[in-house]
Amino acid sequence: MLLGPALALSAVLFTLGVLGVLVRRNAIVMFMCIELMLNAVNLSFVALAQVHGLGGQVMVIFVMTVAAAEAAVGLAIILAIFRHAQTVDLGQLTLLKG
Amino acid sequence: MDLVTPVFWIFAVWAVVSALLCITRSNPIASALWLVSTMFALAGIYVLLHAQFIAAVQVIVYAGAIMVLFLFVIMLLNVGDDQRQLRRWPYWVLGLGIAGVLGAQLLVLGQYQPQRLADEVSTQPSPVDPALVFPDGAASALAVAERGVVGAVAEPLFQAYLIPFEITSLLLLTAIIGAVVLAKKKL
Repeated sequence: MLLGPALALSAVLFTLGVLGVLVRRNAIVMFMCIELMLNAVNLSFVALAQVHGLGGQVMVIFVMTVAAAEAAVGLAIILAIFRHAQTVDLGQLTLLKG
Repeated sequence: MDLVTPVFWIFAVWAVVSALLCITRSNPIASALWLVSTMFALAGIYVLLHAQFIAAVQVIVYAGAIMVLFLFVIMLLNVGDDQRQLRRWPYWVLGLGIAGVLGAQLLVLGQYQPQRLADEVSTQPSPVDPALVFPDGAASALAVAERGVVGAVAEPLFQAYLIPFEITSLLLLTAIIGAVVLAKKKL
């Protein structure tokens, strides 16, 4: 069954994803950390699907679809930002700084 | 001998170490490849959790398609190995603090038991069998035995979740158009 260990692993991976978003400056790497968080959530869905029915696995397929759409649009935005500012370093995008 | 538990822990350590390397490497390509490694470890765990179809989709869609998109964008932008990609130490302290609090809250999930939730949501006097409160769980094992791994996922996907499934196709269409418009030379 491995329900508890799988949920704990999911918690650890989600936390690592949050840490990555907080400490990285590169927009693409921050995006990858968001994918890591989505993966952690998928793991808990799959773990709970063993007990609460296959709806959890269906939800994982939806999460993957949304992740694919998000990655496509987000990376296009990053490309547009790079063309505009010649950098993907979020520390140097200070357009809104007062 | 029960091989599932030790294999699970091997995959778990693999996933956590890869994720740690993913968030600490200064080269974005190295980060992306370590994230692919994490996804492979998670696919192995999905097989152990009786979700073989999800494991295959994980490798094909996540590690195969989404990460290739990431690598292509890194290649297009020519983002090099830059020591300044990590934030300075005050950010690390703050980040570790916030992530630590969040992780401590989430780790409580590790004590989750279906029995406890069943006791809480059930109107019947406890102790009650979780299979009575959540009949879907027992039904899913039956469905896998009856229709196979893919059929058991397909049946709720195309019946109970048909409308969300169709809306998903609209979402993908929107994403395709949005990505093409955003990535055009002249916005």
